[in-house]
Amino acid sequence: MRRYFGRKLLTYTLTLFIAATIDWLIPRFMPGDPVYGLMSRMGNNSSPEAAKALSDYYYNLFGLNQPIWQQYLNFWGGLLHGDLGRSVFEHGQPVTDAIMAAVPYTLALLIPAILLSWWAGNSFGALAARRKWLDNTMLPVGYILTATPYMWLGIVLAFVFGFTLKMFPFANSYGLNLEPSFTWLFFTDLVAHWMLPFLSLFLVMFGGWAIGMRNMIIYELDADYSRYLEALGAPQRLVRKYAFRNAMLPQITGLALQLGVIVAGSLVTEIVFSYQGVGLLLFNAIKSEDYFLLQGIFLFVIVGVLAANFLVDIAYVIVDPRTRVGMRGGTA
Amino acid sequence: MSLQVSDLKVYYRTLAGDVKALDGATFSIADKEIMGLAGESGCGKSTLGNSLIRLDGRMRYVGGSVNLDGNELPVWDNQGMNEFRFRDVSVIPQYAMSAMNPTRKIGTMTAELLESRGEKYREIKPELLRRIDLVGLDRDVLGRYPIELSGGMKQRMVMVISTLLDPSLLIADEITSALDVSTQRAVAETLVSFRDHGFVKSMIVITHDVSILYQTADTILIMYAGKLAEKAPTKTIIEGAMHPYTKMLISSLPEVGVRYANKKLSGIPGSPPSLLRPPVGCRFRARCPLAFDKCVEEPPFVKVARDHMAACWKVTGSDA
Ligand SMILES: Nc1ncnc2c1ncn2[C@@H]1O[C@H](COP(=O)(O)OP(=O)(O)O)[C@@H](O)[C@H]1O
Ligand code: SF4
Ligand SMILES: [Mg+2]
Repeated sequence: MRRYFGRKLLTYTLTLFIAATIDWLIPRFMPGDPVYGLMSRMGNNSSPEAAKALSDYYYNLFGLNQPIWQQYLNFWGGLLHGDLGRSVFEHGQPVTDAIMAAVPYTLALLIPAILLSWWAGNSFGALAARRKWLDNTMLPVGYILTATPYMWLGIVLAFVFGFTLKMFPFANSYGLNLEPSFTWLFFTDLVAHWMLPFLSLFLVMFGGWAIGMRNMIIYELDADYSRYLEALGAPQRLVRKYAFRNAMLPQITGLALQLGVIVAGSLVTEIVFSYQGVGLLLFNAIKSEDYFLLQGIFLFVIVGVLAANFLVDIAYVIVDPRTRVGMRGGTA
Repeated sequence: MSLQVSDLKVYYRTLAGDVKALDGATFSIADKEIMGLAGESGCGKSTLGNSLIRLDGRMRYVGGSVNLDGNELPVWDNQGMNEFRFRDVSVIPQYAMSAMNPTRKIGTMTAELLESRGEKYREIKPELLRRIDLVGLDRDVLGRYPIELSGGMKQRMVMVISTLLDPSLLIADEITSALDVSTQRAVAETLVSFRDHGFVKSMIVITHDVSILYQTADTILIMYAGKLAEKAPTKTIIEGAMHPYTKMLISSLPEVGVRYANKKLSGIPGSPPSLLRPPVGCRFRARCPLAFDKCVEEPPFVKVARDHMAACWKVTGSDA
């Protein structure tokens, strides 16, 4: 067991190292000069000398005047201290702060969407596996939902429920006329703004889980152990209970495999709804060629996805006895 | 009279039409009788075995009746059969190696199965442990997952579970096919000992390999293409079979006791007819060296000697 997790941990660490290096490389190969971009956005009414001084100041601040290998070492040195550098776009604000300000919004979207869609999709899929009429209606709907790109569904929801029906706001995380505060008014406003981006994530994932579960249950109900129980007169209750439990296992693995896709989906969804989470921050970082911010966000996403995968790995070992036996080495 | 089957017909529904896999079976099994059920693959042995305990989704009950210990079994009614399953009729399935839920400890699964049938696991456990000892397993298998057991161990465990409620009739379907020869012998001996201990009253041992029945079965029933061909005590089938198909089947095997070598060499020429549109008359006609005019009519399965039934015009006489 310890060896198993040791090996997993090593794999994850290696993945992280490689991903972080690629993450550091990519923005440096992007065309364009970030400091130049920043200064042109700040307006160009100063003298050439002053501009030169300012740009030197920025090059120095961001460490861009150093040789490239030094920048790479600085990157790791800073990383180990939790320092991701400074954002060009946010006027030199530490990248860590910029990300931390956005993270709560992204998590508030992602976690409920993942957990609720997983729960609802699995329950619904299991139900569909035994109700013909539900199966006949659910199956096509489910397939359409999972096949829908997050962004497209977001746009449709924004158009229908936001623009046309005016049921929910469809831009920003809260009304721009409000100040964040612990008031009922602000809270309801927050929830209203959260609704559509949440729904678009929830619906796409829901379709996928429901279809997966339905197919797995049908497969498990046809498995030998189910037939044996039925041959011995076990009530459907027991047969279904076993089938459901066993069908859940691939869904847990599926969750691990899907996490990356889901995170990407939430980034896109935030952009559609101008929802001020990590996705929107990323969008702005790209627009303004902000090396450090871009790097920091990617790194954050990588670490998040890897950590979540590791958790799912652990959960899987806990729920599936077969993996535990495999680690111990069967007695057979 | 323990089991009495009359004119049982079970077909498979397919898009091309009904596959007449069991087309009118009439036979009986006495108390304490172990009946071997043999015949080439695809002749309907499993269909007969399954129809006595559970018809799967594609099987269709067409007619006939099954009587066990004086009770009519509602074989056409999946719900109605539940009450009889496990307690009166039980099965060691062909897939015994994968019959146990892989994610449940064997003891837990057994307990949940028993409780779901309204039995008290606590009361049955001492007997369960005794039988685990009897088949040579460790008592701690109950705390293990199926994956931790070898194929042979899993099979023995399933044999114990299936017979735990002392069923009147046990159906064992090809349970030796996947095993090596020494394990086959052990399994066959265990089956006989279960009968001798009174765990089961009578038994149907299904196999496509007649030789496995020599030491196990009291009687042998031979099937051909969805029909019964011959039934007699084991010794009679080996030494004095009357039906041409049985004779060819037995002589195609190497001498009694010598299995293996060249076993497949001398098969019966030709292949069984399609059960989708079986030929009229005797279904063995196309391959039978003794076929004659009368064989275009269907030969009845009738008594030809004491404890000996057969369906062949050559045996019963064409004017029967
Ligand atoms: N699900 C099915 N659908 C259609 N035909 C089937 C099905 N299962 C079995 N059969 C046919 O029924 C016949 C008898 O099958 P089976 O009882 O399994 O034979 P055996 O056990 O003697 O090998 C075979 O000809 C087979 O092709
Ligand atoms: S009835 Fe005719 S064809 Fe059939 S086995 Fe007897 S002799 Fe052969
Ligand atoms: Mg079979």
